[in-house]
Amino acid sequence: MVKLNVNGKAHSLDVEDEMPLLWVLRDELKLAGTKYGCGIAQCGACTVLVNGEPVRSCVTPAASVSGKKVVTIEGLARPGLTRVQKTWIEMGVPQCGYCQAGMMMAATALLAAKPKPTDADIDAAMTNLCRCGTYARVREAIHAVAGEKPASKKA
Amino acid sequence: MTKMKKVSRRQFLQASTAVGGGLALEFSIPGNALAQLGTPATVSEVTHWIVIHPDDRVVIRIARSEMGQGSLTGLAQLVAEELECDWNKVSTEFASPNEHIKRKRIWGSMSTGGSAGIRTSQEYLRKSGAAAREMLVSAAATQWNVPASECTVANGTITHAKSKRKTTYGKVAAQASKLEAPKEPKLKDPKDWKIAGQSVRRLETPDKVLGKPVFGVDVQLPGMLHASIAQCPVFLGKLKSVDTSAAEKMRGVKGIVKQPDFVAVVADNWWRANEALKKLKIEWDGGQNASASSDTIYAMLKEGLDDPKLPAARSNGDAAAALASAAKVVEAQYYSPYLNHCTMEPMTSTAWFKPDGTLEVWTSTQNGEASIAAASEASGLPLEKCEVHKMMLGGGFGRRGAPQDYVKQSVAIAREFAGKPVKLLWSREEDMQHGYYRPASLVRMKAGLDASGKMVAMHSKIACPSILALLRPEAIQKGIDFTATRTFSDSPYVIANDQCDYAMRNGHVPVGFWRAPGLQNSFYRECFIDEVAHAAGKDPLEYRLAMLKEGDKNRLVLEAVAKAAGWGTPPPAGVGRGIAMSDGFGSYTAMVAEVSVDPKGAIKVHRVVFAIDSGYVVNPDACRAQAEGNVIFNMGQLYEANTVKDGRIVESNFNDFPLPRIHEMPKVETVFASTGGFWGGHGEPGAMCVVPAILNAVFAVTGKRVRSLPLKNGVVSA
Repeated sequence: MVKLNVNGKAHSLDVEDEMPLLWVLRDELKLAGTKYGCGIAQCGACTVLVNGEPVRSCVTPAASVSGKKVVTIEGLARPGLTRVQKTWIEMGVPQCGYCQAGMMMAATALLAAKPKPTDADIDAAMTNLCRCGTYARVREAIHAVAGEKPASKKA
Repeated sequence: MTKMKKVSRRQFLQASTAVGGGLALEFSIPGNALAQLGTPATVSEVTHWIVIHPDDRVVIRIARSEMGQGSLTGLAQLVAEELECDWNKVSTEFASPNEHIKRKRIWGSMSTGGSAGIRTSQEYLRKSGAAAREMLVSAAATQWNVPASECTVANGTITHAKSKRKTTYGKVAAQASKLEAPKEPKLKDPKDWKIAGQSVRRLETPDKVLGKPVFGVDVQLPGMLHASIAQCPVFLGKLKSVDTSAAEKMRGVKGIVKQPDFVAVVADNWWRANEALKKLKIEWDGGQNASASSDTIYAMLKEGLDDPKLPAARSNGDAAAALASAAKVVEAQYYSPYLNHCTMEPMTSTAWFKPDGTLEVWTSTQNGEASIAAASEASGLPLEKCEVHKMMLGGGFGRRGAPQDYVKQSVAIAREFAGKPVKLLWSREEDMQHGYYRPASLVRMKAGLDASGKMVAMHSKIACPSILALLRPEAIQKGIDFTATRTFSDSPYVIANDQCDYAMRNGHVPVGFWRAPGLQNSFYRECFIDEVAHAAGKDPLEYRLAMLKEGDKNRLVLEAVAKAAGWGTPPPAGVGRGIAMSDGFGSYTAMVAEVSVDPKGAIKVHRVVFAIDSGYVVNPDACRAQAEGNVIFNMGQLYEANTVKDGRIVESNFNDFPLPRIHEMPKVETVFASTGGFWGGHGEPGAMCVVPAILNAVFAVTGKRVRSLPLKNGVVSA
């Protein structure tokens, strides 16, 4: 049995120890907000927070996070949207949106660690892939959450 | 607008809700249109695009797909603009492909490609909005016994000033829906737009930001099984044998499906299915293509260029004679590789053969009609017994339109588990190695200049696999695939002797519509023009302008981009500027890139200025997002390639097919040089000039001309 705490809720799951956290979330707990993109920790679509740290859940065995606090995109907004989520909406960051759960989890962790991240900090932390090309807005939104630029829409 | 039969409409609403509604609500599946309508008696379908609730909520139906390009919101804006409803009360729902079939294709094309979503449906959508508005006003006027012409309407409220009466759309929608729709309702002048033309926030964004299950891959159904697939790694090859003994014993495995060209493992969890798939011992028969390689494909293309009997896609004047007598001839050969679309969501489709003899499919599709046709074909069931729930796409870029391979596979797999829904998800490796690739191509160009440097002859020869031959053979005319010859065959440059020949050389690698199909020709033409301009000692902008007719919209975007970019002023130290121009997908575009190249040859793109004339801009911010996305998407072309060895694609994942990341994203400035009077697209036009603008800038700063992609070792070689 793998014991998990996901979004504040305790689960005891009869799954293989090596089953990646991603597939426990998606197929066992039916939390589909966390996405599969590559399975080899390249794209970051599967990023979740484990004790506040961004983790690529596709290569993280579920058993290895037993006893730790896992937060997924579904658990980020409690109560209401977080500032990251609100800013993502205000600035129109997502296009297709598939990578954005991972992006927002990574941005949330970055902003918790560095409330005023530099562009270099963003480059280093935001290694998630986005095929639609939302990178400029991801950067702008992170700066906006940090209070460095107004989160207003361009005219 | 056709006359509507009210009785059948009511029956339709009831039937639809009975079929799809219960399930959708129970499991919160964001499925098709009518699933979330609520009680049939309380909603009114005023036109087939517009459903109004008694509480004034307006639901606008969307026939095209949403894959990140934003046209779901843009289409709704156009309808809402003419409807004069309250934008805050607007939501959308996808039109049901099954009802579409039953109602004789009432929602028009569902195809979402060619940047055509808005430009090819704007007229009937705006008319539908305007017609509904007139019907609603007419219903109110009848109720009040006043002339409709005395009523005004704003934000979903109808007013009769004389009698000081007001009502709202929700209150008169039921009556309005019984009226005949006017055939030619009056449309607004775009100058008067209040909702269209504005950067309203995209309607689907909140769900995506909350992580709600909106994508094809998110579908959850009761008792659903999961499938992972292995397709023959050599395209067109077949399954020879498979030893399933080890996989069968693995936990959660429910069955193994063998088909002529794939094997799939079905389990109670996708990871288990995929782990078991890895334990299959499969023997494939690659057939005659098992020895194909990038070298044999290159040789095939080169042979095409040497073919003396090629069909001409364009033939103005006498290029051969003009080249023979030219004062100077510039010649160059360019190459581009195969490229995978790399949608972030791999191919996925869920199929469910239901006990009542119907088949339901949930999938991320660029064409709901193509998906329902694929489901019908693969199942043998008539279209009327199939339904496709159109989900949000985790990227499309052309991959999820015509082929529908993954839908057919999911149906073939689910048929063996009748009564249970089965979700097929391709691993990234399958996705990388079983694409419908942007075709590799080889192009030879010759330009003849007169003594003044003016181009008097251009002869291009294009060797390129044909997308249409594979996906739409009926569209090939006289041996020409316009997606392979565009930009040359329809070039706006005025050159007295202009010839374009096409060598269709197809090979075994499947090719498909990759964002802005044919865009490699913009790379070739626009870099070559740059070469010719330099050979003539002319400024690349001036050289282009001199070849464009007065009044040509291409001139206007070139001038607009040059002005915005500061063309002609000195660039920052160590930075080169490159310019390119291309029209296509209904729009006119030009781009200037500012680039530096470090001593190791690595390219850094600092700034891109993009000018586009699409006639009108329905949502400026969404269009800017398309421009930004196109820039970084296509910067990947500098170092991406799919190569072939032993008949199969070599690259398998993002480790060996690197996509651009955030640190590479340049500043993108978009200039809307809209002239009005026509409707152009935005999803693809921004793709065309990215590579040539950057590579022309590389030449400006290094003097090195890149004619073949990807860059060797990712850098500009010495």
